[in-house]
Amino acid sequence: MTEITEIPSPFCGIGTDDLSIQIDGTQLTVTGNGCAVNTPAFEQAIGDSLPSINGQTATLEQAVAKAAEILRNTQQPVFGGCASDVNGMRALLALADKTGAVVDNQNFNIARRNLLAMQDSGWMNCTLAEIKNRCDLLLIVGTDVEGFAPRFFERYLWTEHAMFLDKPGDRKVIYLGKAPSGSASTRPDGKQAQVIPCADADLPEVSASLSALVRGHFLQADSVAGIAISELQAIIDKLKTARYGVVLWGAGALAFEHAELTVQSLCSLVKDINLQGNRCSGFPLGGKEGDQTANQVCGWTTGYPARVNYARGFPEYDPFLYDTQTLLNNGEADALLWLQSFNQNSRPPHTQVPSIVLGRAGMQFDQAPAVYIPIGTPGIDHAGHAYRLDNVVAIRLKKLRDAGLPSSADVLSAIEHAL
Amino acid sequence: MLIKLTGGRVYDPASGIDGQQLDIYVENGRIVAPPSDGRPVDQEYDLRGKVVMSGAIDMHTHIGGGKGNIARTLLPEDHRMDPVARTSVTRSGNGHAMPSSFIAGYRYAEMGYTACFEPAVLPINARQAHMEMGDTPIVDKGGYVMLGSDDFLLRMLTAQKDQKAINDYVAWTLNAAKGIGIKVVNAGGINAFKFNQRKLDLDEKNSHYDVTPRQILQTLAKAVQELGVKHPLHVHGCNLGVPGNVDTTLDTIQGVEGLPMHLTHIQFHSYGTEGDFKFSSGAAQIAEAINKNPNISADVGQILFGQTVTASGDNMRQHANHRFANPNKWVCMDIECDAGCGVVPFKYKDQNFVNALQWAIGLEIFLLVEDPWRIFLTTDHPNGAPFTSYPHLIRLLMDKSFRNDMLATIHPEAQKMTTLASIDREYTLNEIAIMTRAGAARIIGLQDRGALAEGNWADITVYTENADRQTMFSKPDYVFKDGELVVRDGEVVKVTWGTTHIVKPDYDLSIERDLQHYFDRYLTMKLGNFKISDDEITEDGRGSLSVHPLRGVA
Repeated sequence: MTEITEIPSPFCGIGTDDLSIQIDGTQLTVTGNGCAVNTPAFEQAIGDSLPSINGQTATLEQAVAKAAEILRNTQQPVFGGCASDVNGMRALLALADKTGAVVDNQNFNIARRNLLAMQDSGWMNCTLAEIKNRCDLLLIVGTDVEGFAPRFFERYLWTEHAMFLDKPGDRKVIYLGKAPSGSASTRPDGKQAQVIPCADADLPEVSASLSALVRGHFLQADSVAGIAISELQAIIDKLKTARYGVVLWGAGALAFEHAELTVQSLCSLVKDINLQGNRCSGFPLGGKEGDQTANQVCGWTTGYPARVNYARGFPEYDPFLYDTQTLLNNGEADALLWLQSFNQNSRPPHTQVPSIVLGRAGMQFDQAPAVYIPIGTPGIDHAGHAYRLDNVVAIRLKKLRDAGLPSSADVLSAIEHAL
Repeated sequence: MLIKLTGGRVYDPASGIDGQQLDIYVENGRIVAPPSDGRPVDQEYDLRGKVVMSGAIDMHTHIGGGKGNIARTLLPEDHRMDPVARTSVTRSGNGHAMPSSFIAGYRYAEMGYTACFEPAVLPINARQAHMEMGDTPIVDKGGYVMLGSDDFLLRMLTAQKDQKAINDYVAWTLNAAKGIGIKVVNAGGINAFKFNQRKLDLDEKNSHYDVTPRQILQTLAKAVQELGVKHPLHVHGCNLGVPGNVDTTLDTIQGVEGLPMHLTHIQFHSYGTEGDFKFSSGAAQIAEAINKNPNISADVGQILFGQTVTASGDNMRQHANHRFANPNKWVCMDIECDAGCGVVPFKYKDQNFVNALQWAIGLEIFLLVEDPWRIFLTTDHPNGAPFTSYPHLIRLLMDKSFRNDMLATIHPEAQKMTTLASIDREYTLNEIAIMTRAGAARIIGLQDRGALAEGNWADITVYTENADRQTMFSKPDYVFKDGELVVRDGEVVKVTWGTTHIVKPDYDLSIERDLQHYFDRYLTMKLGNFKISDDEITEDGRGSLSVHPLRGVA
């Protein structure tokens, strides 16, 4: 039995790299700095780790050969999930290039809310260390931060030290929209975060009002979505007087039509604060289980984020057309390859087309896929690289155990060679 | 396999060869002496009538790192116009301003380039830079690690730590981020922007730290020299793009007090304030200062007309310049108490007075700097123009009548404000070979590259002589990378993987005590997880590391 410290996590997205884990054979136990997201993800039992073809146990070689056979006879395969490390995505893109496949990250419909805003007008954002050391006012829009990343406040706000704040515990936190699900955002001195509640469906209107107010536009109303204009104006005033305000949103929580316009309102609010002589940054909270990794690797390999189609011999980007579920629903795809190396419970969508599943060992199915190849998890079964949700920082994942599970990169390369 | 390249006209300035007809032998990836034992040649290339140079080296090109991926993501419309299909040997991708990594590698090789250096590797983003460069085929690569706006250094300077401690930190960072040189971008300015300073002159103090850009430059230039790192401190100066910044640049040259310093994309830092539009050329003064100061080298950062995207660590200046964004969308980021970045699309127009004069200023600098060993051919890809415009730029330098024809088409007021028409100089093939090969290898500190001497790696480019230099340099007949034929008739025929060039200066391990404390207190990553290990570059079986010697070290 051994214990390893300073272990980075690919699961939570916020780049916690201080976990301590005890290793007993192939069983992992988080002994330090765990959380509701990371601990179960590391401790998950391996479960069934034998490849299968149509539900019948097969060797890895047989499964790889069968996967290659399926892909060889397709017109429009779709590669969904895309939850892996950098090398896994590299291998997936190489295989897609060869087979003319669609590559589509599982959470692209969420990331799209940010990407459409970014590709239309851009943004001004920052990374986690800037929040930790500078942020004296955090405006959280429509998002339950601790539900997404339980250790966010402990690691980045209520820190003992911050380079540019005398008392990190005095930072102001304002929730606009959803109230927090727990008390992580409560200051060390017991002062609770200010909550200005509104329904999710009202966030577009509230955000648009903020971006109008910051430009000095007069609003012909006393209140918006039940929030007094004076209260919204007070938010603007606080952002304008903060030393370094941060506006945080989680695209995943903005589950309404055209949420990209809400993101755009928030980005424009941030830009306007900066144009009016004060510093402020945006912070999109989102991207775990390889979402950012997929977008980054696809970004430098194709020029586009992770929803591309190689059918014409080169990658084409369409944030709507190449949605895995849409392609399957419309009968436009004739094979599915699902890559999910982090989460046993993130199973492929139901479909009649032949499915090749590269899933974290232990994945269970209602309907056996044509090919199932259990794979190791980056950061547990093999070394690798994963992006943090702020995109700039790639973390080096460690190998913690040897359970004989292949990496997704190895399996995907084997399929490519078998074509 | 013994290869003979027969009878080409060789331009190898590092060996003093200026157009002589010579045979070159290649074996096991290297250039070798003619076999004395009468061994038969396995493959011969008849290069009579061809021009032979070593592979070209781009000493400043943004090919790897986060801001490049932001630029790619920001401009899907730019990629859509330039799709590149896969072939039996190459991967597919997209091109134009900020090409996908595979396409960048192929296109560089297809122009005869065999090495590219990313000039703005943020230490915290170095993994990404290396991963992107790791997916850039054929060419060798390397990076200059950015310091100067990182809070650790500014804290050291404020605390008046001695030069030795600074040197240890610089050396530690070079090792941790795997770089071959040190870069400063708007010294201290990226940091000052985070404190809401919107400009920072050479002698202006950071509002939080008691430090000026001049101090930062002097300290880092000294560190680079004392560590024996051959590449001089690589400096993106203060006040990029600001009319009147020629004075800042001249002060910067004086301020470094004789220490080696490379001023990058100097065109963007050579602007005066004369004329009706309060924008004029400072090229003559800049060229004179370079001519007089042998410690100074520069690359130009030529602009060429058309759509591109600017991607820079200088978020202070990029934020100020966002009002020129075309299309109107832009990104700025504050990054990890380390640095920042700004990405702003630009469309340089020949009928825009400022753009037209920028074009002329760049060419004036090229033509007025006398020593081709100290001036380098760059467009600061993609900031002045995509690297694919190099053959056009070479023609502008080598062909006076072509240059003057182009000059006659730009904004008329800009024509009046430039001396370009009166400059007769035409670059020679030997001078082009210095600028893009021998000089580049020397300034970067590359051992056994950039020259066709025996024992060197066989990175060789063969062109067909053509009076139209753009055509000539667009499409080499052959490109050999480490002795393997990778390009024939301007098309990739074989994909190989270049090495990553680095230096590994020594440092006192005690610096890690301070760093450990700093990381644990203020940063978001453990010190041990920050350092990039060798196997991160090599474990894919394609990448390799080439460690270059330091000055004064065998």
